[in-house]
Amino acid sequence: MTRALFACVALVFWTAVPPLRAQVPAPAAAAQTPTGNAENGKRLFTEKSCYFCHGTEGQGGVLYPRIARVQRGLDNFVRYVRRPARMAAYSDTVVSDAELADIYAFLRALPAPKAVKDIPLLEQMRTKP
Amino acid sequence: MVDVIKSLGIEYVAANPGSSFRALHESLINYGGNTKPELLTCCHEESSVAMAHGYAKIDGTPMMVMAHGTVGLQHASMAIYNAYADRVPVYIVIGNILDAQFRRSDVEWTHAVQDAAAMVRDYTKWDDTPASLTHFGESAVRAYKIATTPPYGPVVIVADAAMQEEPIPAGERPRLRVPRLTPTSPPVGDSGAVSELARMLVAAENPRIIAGRVARTPKGLELLVELAELLQAPVQDMRFTLRMNFPSRHPLMMSPTVPVTDADMVLGIEHPEFFMNLNALTPTNRMGMEATPRYKPGTKIATISSSDLLTKSNYQDAGRYIEADLAIPADAEATLPALIDACRKLVTPERKRVFETRGARLAADSRRAYEQALEHSSWGWDASPISTARLSAEIWNQIKDEDWSLVSDVSFISSWPHRLWDITKHHQYIGWSGAYGIGYGAPAAVGAALANRRHGRLSVNIQCDGDLNYAPAVLWTAAHHRIPLLTIMHNNRAYHQERMFIVDMATRANRDVGRAGIGNNLDTPHIDYASLAKAYGVYGAGPITNPNDLGPALKRAIEVVKRGEPALVDVVTQPR
Repeated sequence: MTRALFACVALVFWTAVPPLRAQVPAPAAAAQTPTGNAENGKRLFTEKSCYFCHGTEGQGGVLYPRIARVQRGLDNFVRYVRRPARMAAYSDTVVSDAELADIYAFLRALPAPKAVKDIPLLEQMRTKP
Repeated sequence: MVDVIKSLGIEYVAANPGSSFRALHESLINYGGNTKPELLTCCHEESSVAMAHGYAKIDGTPMMVMAHGTVGLQHASMAIYNAYADRVPVYIVIGNILDAQFRRSDVEWTHAVQDAAAMVRDYTKWDDTPASLTHFGESAVRAYKIATTPPYGPVVIVADAAMQEEPIPAGERPRLRVPRLTPTSPPVGDSGAVSELARMLVAAENPRIIAGRVARTPKGLELLVELAELLQAPVQDMRFTLRMNFPSRHPLMMSPTVPVTDADMVLGIEHPEFFMNLNALTPTNRMGMEATPRYKPGTKIATISSSDLLTKSNYQDAGRYIEADLAIPADAEATLPALIDACRKLVTPERKRVFETRGARLAADSRRAYEQALEHSSWGWDASPISTARLSAEIWNQIKDEDWSLVSDVSFISSWPHRLWDITKHHQYIGWSGAYGIGYGAPAAVGAALANRRHGRLSVNIQCDGDLNYAPAVLWTAAHHRIPLLTIMHNNRAYHQERMFIVDMATRANRDVGRAGIGNNLDTPHIDYASLAKAYGVYGAGPITNPNDLGPALKRAIEVVKRGEPALVDVVTQPR
């Protein structure tokens, strides 16, 4: 791709993604106890390029939401991946329901972060900005 | 020619050497004493222009660039397009041997051209090919004047090689003079239109100001703050923040991702992508996009933009058409004083109470957004590759007590510095490239760092790996000219944006998303940026993969930069 084309396509892609008001876990149905294989889900999370947007820890970025410890239920999670509002739709040819269950298990198994007050640098930025 | 150039007060001339301007080169360093302008040795013409681009963002004045009229300008062309789209002044002088009888060899035939500036005419503000020294004098001064009159832009003067090299006939000398550079006022908005805009802003219950290239100078930032505070109106930057328009932690600063759905009046100022703030684009098929307004019916839309005064046809940087209720074609920074005065006259005690209530709500939102950003940063805090939030926080921790200047864009690291750092001054952020042409980052950072050098500022460049690989030898230019600059690699080992596009294409085609790295990844082998830096005479450290090693590595590199040298720290990072 030429650099000029990069520019055009980049704009189209980014502007096709509706903006987020804040980085919060996705609302909707409550999270479920995963039945998938988290270890395989970790592998698939990389293989299916999920980390491109969401980061290797599912931490997200400014345009792409955090999905670590996803708050949706599995069914809701699968439905969203099939018919998303804010990302490319992954069909079951690209990633199967069983694979999504494994990815879901991986995301649910990710550890919660330390609180800001327990990370000295962030706490310093909070109290002495 | 040198007398004319020196009269313009240009500090530096960036050039990769070329035979078509050899006489000018020699005259600048000997007759001109290699001062004002001082020659900067560049290893690629794209670097020369991008250095000038970054320099102007900090200094506000154009740097001169010299290049071959053919092969040099061809190399420089993408960087010129960036500068044009970014409305930045660059003063370009190109050499050409127009008269065939002076061409010595096949080299000079292939380097000669009939209309040298034609190649970049679509994306320069003005050019000329002077046919005499008198003509050169007037055109050289006129070019400077045009480049530095808003809307700014790059200009090209073709310096004919025969004119450069042939002696001036004795009889002609008395007739030669250096034309005086006289100031030009920037274009100010029509007073009636400004009054109408003030009425719209003061009457609005939920006004929104969205800023693109508002602050050409520090004064522009002050004026935008004054307008926002007067109205207690929120200010947003574009997602690609183009200028340091507004303090990052100001209570009226609003995240660029907040949609305009609640606004009843939206003002886009020097905003080339305003349509994207006003509309949602939904894919209708593989390429087609359907635009749906995000604003509610009845919302007033207004613009102030000097880009309306500089539109060309071929390159489509104008963006989509805006159905504005009021469009003011003018320089925003020059128009803001009149707008502020007009608003002030309309603010009644009743409106002031409304504004104060609005301001308190926005301040609470702003504080909440900062708390959310800190909380969001904690996710992936100890990850390796290092999260871009951690990267940004660690850099901030090292520079916050310095007089620092961020001389790179931060869109590719999720704009974390804008979310976490306290960015208050105009020189603390230089903005994006303009036309998204990759290869701009490293040389623009070097140019901006050069402008910062005389102020003793700590210049910080968060450098994308793909960008550096276009013309990395600009690191040598920084070392050679002792330009202090801290470069921190955002080394995600890929042309990452392109990988995401390939995934998007693959999902649409129901094909394998796992192959998106092919043609995009910059691994196997990993590129050793610390060694690359060292090869160019620059301090190099890394690759840093453990986030706990980052702070100490940055501290050591800053000590090098404080000695007046460039330094590079390679950090292996998350994709975004």
